[in-house]
Amino acid sequence: MARQLEGSRAVAETVARCRPEVVCAYPISPQTHIIERLSTLVGAGQLAPCEFLNVESEFAAMSVCIGASAAGARSYTATSSQGLLFMIEAVYNASGLGLPIVMTVANRAIGAPINIWNDHSDAMAVRDAGWVQLFAETNQEAADLHVQAFRLAEQLSLPVMVNMDGFVLTHAFEEVDVPAQEAVDSFLPRYEPRQVLDPAAPVSIGAMVGPEAFSEVRYLAHVKQLQALDAIEEIASEFASAFGRRSGGLVSSYRSEDARTVVVALGSVLGTIKDTVDELRASGQRVGVVGIGAFRPFPAAAVRHALERAERVVVVEKALAPGAGGILAHDLSTALSGLPLDVHCVIAGLGGRAITKASLLELLGDADAGQLESLRFLDLDRSLVQGELARMAAVRRSGPTAENVLRDAGVVAARLS
Amino acid sequence: MGYRAVRFYQTGSFAVGNRLVGSEDRSVQSATRRNNSLSSGHRACQGCGEALGARYVLDAAMEATAGQMVAVNATGCLEVFSTPYPETSWRVPWLHSLFGNAPAVATGVAAAFKAKGRTDVRVVGQAGDGGTVDIGFGCLSGMFERNDDVLFVCYDNEAYMNTGVQRSSATPPAARTATTEAIGDALGNAFGQGKNLPLLAVAHEIPYVATATISELHDLEYKVHRAMTMRGARYLHVFVPCPLGWGSATHDTVRLARLAKETGLFPVFEAEHGEITGVAKIRRRLPVEDYLRLQGRYRHLFEPVARPDVVARIQQLADRNIRRFGLLDGDAENDGHGGACSSPDAARTGEPAP
Amino acid sequence: MTMLKPFAVTLDVGSSLANKTGSWRVERPVYVDRLSPCNDACPAGENVQRWLYLAEEGAYQDAWRAVVEDNPMPAVMGRVCYHPCETACNRAQLDEAVGINAVERFLGDEAIRRGWELPPCGPFSGKRVLVVGAGPAGLSAAYHLRRLGHAVSMYDEGAAPGGMMRYGIPRYRLPREALDAEIERILSLGVELRTGHRVADAVAAMEADGFDAVFLAVGAETSKRAYIPAGDTARVLDAIGLLHAVEDGAAPFVGRRVAVYGGGDTAMDAARTARRLGATDAVVVYRRTRDRMPAHDVEVEEAAEEGVQLRWLSTVKAVNGTSLVLERMVLDHDGFPQPTGEVEELQADSLVLALGQQSDLSLVAGDSDIAVRDGVVAVGPDMMTGHPGIFAGGDMVPAERTVTTAIGHGKRAARHIDGWLRGSSWEPPARHELAGPSVLNTWYYDDAPRSLRPRLEQARRASTFDEVVQGLEEPTALFEARRCLSCGNCFECDNCFGVCPDNAVVKLGPGARYAIDYDYCKGCGMCAQECPCGAIRMEPEVV
Repeated sequence: MARQLEGSRAVAETVARCRPEVVCAYPISPQTHIIERLSTLVGAGQLAPCEFLNVESEFAAMSVCIGASAAGARSYTATSSQGLLFMIEAVYNASGLGLPIVMTVANRAIGAPINIWNDHSDAMAVRDAGWVQLFAETNQEAADLHVQAFRLAEQLSLPVMVNMDGFVLTHAFEEVDVPAQEAVDSFLPRYEPRQVLDPAAPVSIGAMVGPEAFSEVRYLAHVKQLQALDAIEEIASEFASAFGRRSGGLVSSYRSEDARTVVVALGSVLGTIKDTVDELRASGQRVGVVGIGAFRPFPAAAVRHALERAERVVVVEKALAPGAGGILAHDLSTALSGLPLDVHCVIAGLGGRAITKASLLELLGDADAGQLESLRFLDLDRSLVQGELARMAAVRRSGPTAENVLRDAGVVAARLS
Repeated sequence: MGYRAVRFYQTGSFAVGNRLVGSEDRSVQSATRRNNSLSSGHRACQGCGEALGARYVLDAAMEATAGQMVAVNATGCLEVFSTPYPETSWRVPWLHSLFGNAPAVATGVAAAFKAKGRTDVRVVGQAGDGGTVDIGFGCLSGMFERNDDVLFVCYDNEAYMNTGVQRSSATPPAARTATTEAIGDALGNAFGQGKNLPLLAVAHEIPYVATATISELHDLEYKVHRAMTMRGARYLHVFVPCPLGWGSATHDTVRLARLAKETGLFPVFEAEHGEITGVAKIRRRLPVEDYLRLQGRYRHLFEPVARPDVVARIQQLADRNIRRFGLLDGDAENDGHGGACSSPDAARTGEPAP
Repeated sequence: MTMLKPFAVTLDVGSSLANKTGSWRVERPVYVDRLSPCNDACPAGENVQRWLYLAEEGAYQDAWRAVVEDNPMPAVMGRVCYHPCETACNRAQLDEAVGINAVERFLGDEAIRRGWELPPCGPFSGKRVLVVGAGPAGLSAAYHLRRLGHAVSMYDEGAAPGGMMRYGIPRYRLPREALDAEIERILSLGVELRTGHRVADAVAAMEADGFDAVFLAVGAETSKRAYIPAGDTARVLDAIGLLHAVEDGAAPFVGRRVAVYGGGDTAMDAARTARRLGATDAVVVYRRTRDRMPAHDVEVEEAAEEGVQLRWLSTVKAVNGTSLVLERMVLDHDGFPQPTGEVEELQADSLVLALGQQSDLSLVAGDSDIAVRDGVVAVGPDMMTGHPGIFAGGDMVPAERTVTTAIGHGKRAARHIDGWLRGSSWEPPARHELAGPSVLNTWYYDDAPRSLRPRLEQARRASTFDEVVQGLEEPTALFEARRCLSCGNCFECDNCFGVCPDNAVVKLGPGARYAIDYDYCKGCGMCAQECPCGAIRMEPEVV
């Protein structure tokens, strides 16, 4: 039954219905509401049996999940941004050990400068960690993806990260149909670990592997990710038949069949982009949208299939690889190599900057006019940048860039001298 | 309580076994049925104290838990020499994750078993001094503070041996390591630095903290058993000499552990809920020089120029321990036998294991 | 449950057994048996450590059996032996020597009390052996010869068997109940004993009675004399005569003040006997100093406890009635006493001479094959005299004159006689390397000072011949046995089994000790270093 719910709460309640046995938490905005709600559910006995642990760091949170998962418990945690980076060693370790942990990442920028608002820098920082990375477009999908994530993780013995945009989704109240307990129970079988710490059948988990087998281990990790491509699709279809709605999957296409220009993006910004596309379609422009539901494994074939008829692909992405450009765009270009189309990368929405329909309209207008560069920074305030560049060129001790830019932008008062 | 000291049976409680006493007074290690939790074929150096300590501890824990035990290991010598693909030396369920997270991983394992209602399965976390005192300290402190049901064991060989003998915050003053060389005016590791983790553990007021050495097996096994009768966070700090890192003879490993205790440099004690409840008395007090001279890491204190001043400073540290913990016979209640003293209040000892 | 485990990251337990780390080794530990100092020092050749080992377990009868393998008289030994084993004992370096002698006495007394029987004799060899003298050497030889299957006849001049044990050692040191019981037990093996039977000619006796071999053990029961000018009224006795007379119930009158001249154990016995006979003053006069006295410390201590006075650096120049003239002596740089010319007087009702004993060797005087040198009979390493088939031992051959030495002679002679009778020869087993204190790791032994044997109260010591030194109670004897360090020989403490970091020591079970698993032993040497008793040696690996 659909209810008006905060995204975090919808996710927390869905996670609870997946019956995790160990949940650990360390607070960081904007994922805090998820674990707060789970804490309440465990405390109230509505999620039982479940051990809820307040740990001392994200590194510990992921480590607790590793131990719990290796001992055969369905394990869950949530984090964001700096927290994800603080646990990154354990994030890699979880996938290396093949532990089906599910983690929500409420996507947020990474400092310095410190910034609590949404972008995808955190998820992109761990894109090679060996986790499956799913991205939710809506809170409904965010909720649904967790059910699928546990199923996928445990089927493949692979950890799964469900990404949802911080604040934009986590703190947004929308109508969400939280998957019903019975439906979740029948969709998500009991966790049967592939390997487990069991006194009755002891094994050593976490051996040291040298050059003689390390490549093979890594290759197998790659193969497992490729196997996930099929599994993600299968699970999404099965979910659709079980729950009566489409959520997840590798890619989603919107009005792109005959589109000359296709916008590609991850996460909640797809909603704004679709609105923009609707407006442009109304004026006769052949534009469409392709959303990437699974960033890792990267669905190269599905993406190629979805985009092969387009003339132009505009990738709107909320992360930047400084010195290189877009990250999604790069993966996309590789997937599309050899096709007669142009790939444009647009860096947008960093640190929570709103991606407005107006900006997108202008962007797509430029694209249609052949005026879009291969790399554009959406709504970049050139004057601020120029001012700081000039300052740095002129003065050796020019001070911290972030503060300088903020001062120029009038956000903080000019320093009294 | 304290372990039941066996007296006047030729070797008393010092030797591993004793054919003259009943099986209840013999060590786990004396039994052919011992688990050999760390089995032959491991790649530890000759005379490795950590390999010995780990077998002592885990075999005792296996005995205490009737085999219902899982071990979690930090990265380090113990992990590397025991599990190089394709062979493992462990004969217990064993998990290695990372260098700095073993206490948290152990917490996770314990949480999993608790959630599953398997409270009979107990968890032992283990790490070297680096993994405990330095990089693992955050997770360890968190585990302590939450009072998670884990026995965490530090095998302290006083430096980062796995990476080639670099200083840790458990490295003692004046010891030479690869990052505290005795070069120029420097005489090895600095005085006045480092962490006393057993006392930090006591400060967390967890149910049980104990130190032990591989030279007094009965005391060590008693402490493992004692720890296993309790729930909550427990910490055991085991002194394990390292022939490679200390520049000592491979046959002197147990002897050095004995000397560390008998000189007072390594106080052996027990604490419950933040209070020290027992100390192992020094049986034959010896000057620190007897201990230092056996080790290459202190050679610069004796040659080419003798540094009695530095040796005297180390002696002062030992003397301070002796005062602080009352390590000499007659300092306080004492069974005179190297064993831990009785706990004055058995009711404070945490709930017993089922 | 079998799991499809992740490749390489997850491994099957215990699989490192495939890695044979024994190839790292440059030295290998080897179990050895070394000769314990007590065994090394025992004149009777007892396997002291072995019987202590059995006693440690409370297996007293087994322990006693181990004693009587070598020495049939533990109750006597446990009283009169001067226990060189304890002098040699490595435990003395740690706290105090193990009270071996006390444990032996405990075992001996237990055997008498419980009526334990000696092991059966071997099948009759068809050979007959004559033993001349029923003192410790003769009794020991008779016992061992019987066990080896030979028929034994033992002739002794005295009225009762025992020799010096009976006629030279006072009852307060050796109660006759113990002596008689142990002699009787030997005789019960079928030894024919003729007392009051003097053998005047050994060869004649051998031939007349058709013996295949003879063991001579007549002892040294004749007191040495010194020329001392003495008036008619002087009462001068010899110590052996005194002790013998007391044993015969015919104690002579010694008076209130008795001087004993000499510095050996017999001098002490004479002085202590004199005290018991009513002397208020018993003074031992000796020409040298205490540290040069041949008497054993324990004898001197006990004598002093009983009020015996000691006068050093004095010789008796003359006896005038009840006045002795003593001359002061000084030691020269070689330690020999030299007269000073200074004299003093000592009042004494009698003077007992205790200047040593000599053997009456008239029984071999007629045989030129049997050489006598310095008053004793020369024997070869096999204890045979120059006359084929005639062996000799005890005080009449060159050796230390103690009961224990004599018992050892009896055993050795019996084995050589057995070899000779069987047309072969007996070779003593090779001696192992000595386990000195340096092979021990004494840390492992319990802190346990030795237990003292209770002593008779002083009043009764002055007036009766009751035994002075009492035996140990069972718990104390057990305690004392367990103080043994088992020098040089594995006593199964499990240290090697425990301290091996590579689990390369295999425990074979009770009594079977251990073995090294060289597949995994890396040769670190910890087992050898931590072995309490020095039963493991590191040897270079032969490549």
